[in-house]
Amino acid sequence: MDFGTFLVQCLNSVQYGLLLFLVASGLTLIFGIMGVINLAHGSFYMIGAYMAFTLAPLFGDQFLLMLVAGVVLATVFGYVLEWAFFSYLYQRDHLQQVLMTYGLILVFEELRSILVGNDVHGVKVPAWLDGSFALGNVMSYPWYRLFASAACIVLAVALYWVVNRTRLGMMIRAGASNRDMVRGLGIDVKRLYRIVFAAGVALAALAGMIAAPMSSVYPNMGASVLIICFVLVVIGGIGSITGALLASLLVGFVDTFGKVFFADLSGIGIYLLMAIVLIWKPEGLMGRRT
Amino acid sequence: MTPFTPVRTARLALTAIAFAALASAAGAQGTGKLKVGLMLPYSGTYTALGVAIENGFKLYVDEQGGKLAGREIEYFKVDDESDPAKATDNVNKLIKRDNVDVIVGTVHSGVAMAMAKAAKESGTVLIVPNAGADAVTGPMCAPNIFRSSFSNWQPAYAMGEVAAKQQGKKKVMTITWKYAAGEESVNGFKEGFEKAGGKVDKQLTLPFPNVEFQALLTEIAAAKPDAVYAFFAGGGAVKFVKDYQAAGLNKTIPLYGPGFLTDGTLDAQGDSAQGMLTTLHYADGLNTARDNAFRVAYAKSFKLQPDVYAVQGYDAAQMLGVGLAATKGDIGKKAEFTAAIEKAKIDSPRGAFTMSKSHNPVQDIYLRKVDGKENRLVSIAIKGLTDPARGCRM
Repeated sequence: MDFGTFLVQCLNSVQYGLLLFLVASGLTLIFGIMGVINLAHGSFYMIGAYMAFTLAPLFGDQFLLMLVAGVVLATVFGYVLEWAFFSYLYQRDHLQQVLMTYGLILVFEELRSILVGNDVHGVKVPAWLDGSFALGNVMSYPWYRLFASAACIVLAVALYWVVNRTRLGMMIRAGASNRDMVRGLGIDVKRLYRIVFAAGVALAALAGMIAAPMSSVYPNMGASVLIICFVLVVIGGIGSITGALLASLLVGFVDTFGKVFFADLSGIGIYLLMAIVLIWKPEGLMGRRT
Repeated sequence: MTPFTPVRTARLALTAIAFAALASAAGAQGTGKLKVGLMLPYSGTYTALGVAIENGFKLYVDEQGGKLAGREIEYFKVDDESDPAKATDNVNKLIKRDNVDVIVGTVHSGVAMAMAKAAKESGTVLIVPNAGADAVTGPMCAPNIFRSSFSNWQPAYAMGEVAAKQQGKKKVMTITWKYAAGEESVNGFKEGFEKAGGKVDKQLTLPFPNVEFQALLTEIAAAKPDAVYAFFAGGGAVKFVKDYQAAGLNKTIPLYGPGFLTDGTLDAQGDSAQGMLTTLHYADGLNTARDNAFRVAYAKSFKLQPDVYAVQGYDAAQMLGVGLAATKGDIGKKAEFTAAIEKAKIDSPRGAFTMSKSHNPVQDIYLRKVDGKENRLVSIAIKGLTDPARGCRM
């Protein structure tokens, strides 16, 4: 592998990892901080991708505007969903959470099949991001993938800042460790959770929208990403945003280079990684020992 | 009310069994309607394929006045949902519940393998109108199992020969999903290509149905092979061909594949597929009297253009007709039925074909080139290609 190829594969790894992080960060908020095992999280990613497929023709080259519109829709959707279903789940045991969220997957898949069918679709890359960035003869890389990586970095930084540096983030973290104490301080925990949940849904849907022009839009795309996301959350340490980011990048590299060098094993690479990390650090990379 | 004593229960059960036996005996007689079980995908990704196969089958039967060898046809339909997990239950509905005389199905290879197993055990005649799994006419072959379509090996082997002999390629990479059909296809290509003097350099795979091709396209760009042979189908094929173009590879490294890479996907692939060479047992613009007549009749009946799947369904009905004609409509005469199909020359729209010993078509494989929204005939890649049927003992 020459230097240029190596560089491009590194970019591929980072780009894939960052996209996974965007989905996994929402799961970390919902699963890690709020304690709900949300199997339907992958469906939000799928919904985002189908949203891009539906909205892209309406917005044409106004890709950024489409993303904003999609995020608004997803946030409202998440808010309503929390009010209607998830708000009943916090005090329930994990089995009930698993059953309910699994049921939601079936509902979402069925709705998708009724509304847009079971076909595989492609989404066009907006014209201003079409083409490739070339670095002399060393390498060239599609503009859209650079854009996707940049967008994910911006969001990751923003997320880190909100969770670790703002009052809202402080309340979220405090609410996660002691719900009653936070309520005692006069904070509306119910509303707080609703906001966090809606944000988690919006992040997954945004990831789906960004991914749509790169990886086609297809039924069951949620299921495959969901499994990877749980792996990421476990590797990173449950509830840690920084851990999720580290794990995502690690998985991006393992998956990309695994495909290239160990094609026969490429399906199990990330599970091997998870096993190794858990043997070394059972609480995950950034997890707290309990 | 009289209580259910053991004697009463036993009598009741015996009566029921007797009636059931009578009913099934009546169904099995040579004079009644011939029961044809269609086990095809009527929902999901492959719906259109299932419908085309059924249309093709019925078109031939209708052309014969709704009868084959003087027997009227009664259809029993089961949606196989392309789900191997439900395949055994579904096929047993046709065999045990509906007592069908012959089963026609299906598209998905995994489902077809389960059907072949059930057909082998029950002795019911099975005609496979699509699924290309080599095993169906390989290790799983049986006197009562026939295929009217192709084996994965066939178009792939032909493309290998074309790539080496006609196109003069020396060093080629292959790429596919890591699952049975993909592996059978790239191995068939490798066999044809290397026998003709080429060398398959590297075989790339990714898990099914993953469509994140970026890392592997980067590898292809770096390795600069003379050409790439890809096996993908449906949405994956659309995505791969488009990504291949987006990476700028189509300008320097030609992309080859079996027909599935561009059949039924050209609308979605648009410009990215133009000029691509693929091999299959059917093509647009064959322009034979047989094919033209078929296309007109199909378009008239269904207000649709026929495709390779419609042809395969049509030929499944032709094969059944040949067998029945030899036994005067009595499908119970298994040996005569099988012998007739084995000896027959099927007058298919794709061009006449015969059956190999393992009951797979011995057929011409065409080289086609994408031109607009058609896979235009270029030439015959290999005439009368026989599947090697490795593992078949019959």
